[in-house]
Amino acid sequence: MKYISEYRDPQLVKKYLHELYRVTTRPWTLMEICGGQTHSLVKNGLLDMLPPQINMVHGPGCPVCVTSVGVLDEAMWLAQQQDVIFCSFGDMLRVPGSSQSLLHAKAAGADVRILYSPLEAVQLAIDNPSKEVVFFAVGFETTAPANALSVIQAAARGVTNYSILSSHVLVPPAMEAILGDPSNVIDGFLAAGHVCTIMGTTEYDPIALKYKVPIVVTGFEPADLLQGILMTVSQLEKGTYKVENQYARMVAREGNAMAMKAIHEVFDVSDRMWRGIGAIPDSGYEVKDVYKQYNARLKFNIHLPVREEDPDCISGDIMRGHKKPVQCPAFGGRCRPEHPLGAPMVSSEGACAAYYQYKSSVCS
Amino acid sequence: MQLTCPLPSSGVGEIITLGHGSGGLMTHQLLQTEVFDLLHNDWLDQQHDGATFSLNGKVAFSTDSYVVSPLFFPGGNIGDLAINGTVNDLAMCGAMARYLSLSFIIEEGLEISLFREVLQHIKAAAQAAGVAIVTGDTKVVERGKGDQLFVNTSGIGHIHPRAAIHHNRIVPGDVVIVSGEIATHGMAIMSVRKGLEFETEVCSDTRPLHQMVGKLLDCFGEQIKFLRDPTRGGLASVLNEMTEATKLGVMMNEDSLPVNEQVAAACEMLGLDPLYVANEGIMVAIVSEAVAPTLLEVLRGMKGGEQAAIIGTVTKEHAGKVVLQSRIGGHRVVNFLPGEQLPRIC
Repeated sequence: MKYISEYRDPQLVKKYLHELYRVTTRPWTLMEICGGQTHSLVKNGLLDMLPPQINMVHGPGCPVCVTSVGVLDEAMWLAQQQDVIFCSFGDMLRVPGSSQSLLHAKAAGADVRILYSPLEAVQLAIDNPSKEVVFFAVGFETTAPANALSVIQAAARGVTNYSILSSHVLVPPAMEAILGDPSNVIDGFLAAGHVCTIMGTTEYDPIALKYKVPIVVTGFEPADLLQGILMTVSQLEKGTYKVENQYARMVAREGNAMAMKAIHEVFDVSDRMWRGIGAIPDSGYEVKDVYKQYNARLKFNIHLPVREEDPDCISGDIMRGHKKPVQCPAFGGRCRPEHPLGAPMVSSEGACAAYYQYKSSVCS
Repeated sequence: MQLTCPLPSSGVGEIITLGHGSGGLMTHQLLQTEVFDLLHNDWLDQQHDGATFSLNGKVAFSTDSYVVSPLFFPGGNIGDLAINGTVNDLAMCGAMARYLSLSFIIEEGLEISLFREVLQHIKAAAQAAGVAIVTGDTKVVERGKGDQLFVNTSGIGHIHPRAAIHHNRIVPGDVVIVSGEIATHGMAIMSVRKGLEFETEVCSDTRPLHQMVGKLLDCFGEQIKFLRDPTRGGLASVLNEMTEATKLGVMMNEDSLPVNEQVAAACEMLGLDPLYVANEGIMVAIVSEAVAPTLLEVLRGMKGGEQAAIIGTVTKEHAGKVVLQSRIGGHRVVNFLPGEQLPRIC
C-alpha cells in the first residue's frame, strides 16, 4: 500500500521518538483534533511510547460523536416516515438519539441504507421516484464537498425527491471554543489532515496568533503523528506559535479550490449544537435558501422537542481535555460501545470507544 | 377469435412460488427434478423422512445456517459456504464430515435457474469434500419474509483417533498459527454488497479444511490443542473466546499477520479492521511450542496452507486478554467487537 506503509516504518517511528525524547524538557498538553488521529494513536500503541511529559488530549474531531441528540432525533424521525429512504454513512447507524439509534429504527422496519457517497443517494432518488430519499449529511469540512455536490447534481438533474439533513460541523470554531474557555489546558494542536486537505491551512493562522498556540496540520499514520507531535513540541520548547504542515503530501496551504467552491455554493455557515460541548456560534453548515427544497428540515417541516443528553456523561470534559475516558465513573460500566451514554463512546473513532476497544483492558 | 382456457400450471415454472412449498405436486416435482436427480445417492433415492446409517466410534455433530447476501460473490456462493462451513465446523472438532443434511428456506419469487445453480455448486462442493447429502427439507416463505434463499446444513463425522482438541489443554507458551491470509472472504462479500461495490480481485477463501486437519492430526495428534475457523467476528473473536474460556492471554504480532495486500487496502478504504472480518477457508490452530515450526512447514506444503503463519503465543500475562504488538512496537488490546463493523464516515 503505497503512501501508507512508508508512514508505518518502524525505523522512521524510532527516529521521531528518539528526537521527541531529546527535545522534550517540560510537560506539554497537546490535543489531536481528529478522531482518526485518536484512533491511530491508541490502535498503534503510540500513547504509551511517548515521553511521559507529553499528555495527549483527544479533541472533538469525530463527527459521529459530536452530532447532537437533537439532530439524531431528526434523523430517526425522518427514517420512520412512510416512503422515506434514509441514507447514511455506516458509522452513524449505531449512534443513539434520545430514544434509539438508526440501527434500531432499521430493525423495526425503517428503510435505512448505508451508502458510501451522497451521489449514490441522488441515483437512488432517480431510481425510486415514488420515494423521498434523504441523505444524512454528517461530517466536518471533509465530507461537505461531496454532500454539496449531491445537491448541485440533484438540482442539475431536476431531481425533486432528494434532500439532505445537514449536520456539518467546522473545526476552527470548535478550537476557538476550547481555547477561549478559561479552564483551557491545551498547549498545542495537531490539526486534522483531512479537513485541511479541503480547507487549506490559512484559517488557522489567526487562531495560532490570537491564542499563541502552535498548530501543526498532521496526518494519520504513526510516523505522521509522531512527526506532528515532534513539530508541535519543538515549537513549544522554542516558544514559537506558527501553523506548520506535517501532512504536506496531501494538504496545500490554499486547500482544494473546487471543493470549497461546491461548499460555498450550497452551504451557509450557521450556529451548531455539539454533542458534549453545547452550542458554538458559526460552527456548522446549513443548506442555503436557494437550495431550500433540498433541505430535509424545511421539506419535512421537522419540529421536535429538545432532549437532554445523559447527565452522567462527561464527554464535554473529555473533549476539552479536562479528563481522560478512564476517569469517568461510567466508563466501561454503564457506558460501553454497545450502550453508549454519550458522544465519545458511540463511534469507533471517539476517544472513549478507542480507549475501550484498545486500551481499557490494559489499563485495568 | 380463438378463446383459450388458461390452466393453472402444475409444473415447475420460472420462479419459486408458494405452491412449491405446499407439500403437494409442485413440491414433489421441484424436489424430483431439481434436487433428487442432481444429488442422488443411496440415502436420498429412498425419499424417506430421514436417513438411516450405522456409525461406530466417537462422532461429532454440528449445524449451521447460511444467509449470505448476495448469493453469489467473487470466489463462491451460498452453496459452497453451506457445504464447506459445516464440513469445517466438524473439522474444528477434529472430525471428518461424512453425512450432511441440507435444508432450504426459499423466498417466493426466487428464479428457479438460480436455485438450480446453487444446487449444482452444492453438489460440486459435497463431491470435493467427500461428503454425502443424505436428508433435507424445503420450505417456501412469502415474498418479503426471507432474502431469496437461506440454507441450513447439519453434519456428522468421525473424530480422528488422535484428536484431543479442547481449550483446557492450552498452556502458556503454546503457539498460535493461522492457516492462511485473513479477512479475504468478508472483503470479497463487501466488494459486491449493494451500495458498497468496489473493484477488486479479492475472492472468497471458502474451502473445506477437513483434509488439512486430518493430515495435521495424522502427524501431530494431541500436540494440536485448539482448532477454530474464524468465520463471523474474525480472528479477534475466536482468540477472545479462547482467552476468556482459558483465563490465559495471547500476544499477537501485527507484523506476522498474513493479510493480502488488496484486502488490506480495501479494509483501509472502508475503515474496517481485518482482525474482525469474516473468513471461510482458514483456521486458527493452537499447538505445542515444540511442534510449531514443523507443523507450520507441513501446513505450508498443503493446498490452502501456503500462507500459513505463526501469529502469536499464549501467555500467562494479561489473562483473558488478546494483546497485539503493533508494527511500530506499541501494544493494544484486541477486544471483542461490539456489534457489527460499520464503514466509517471519513
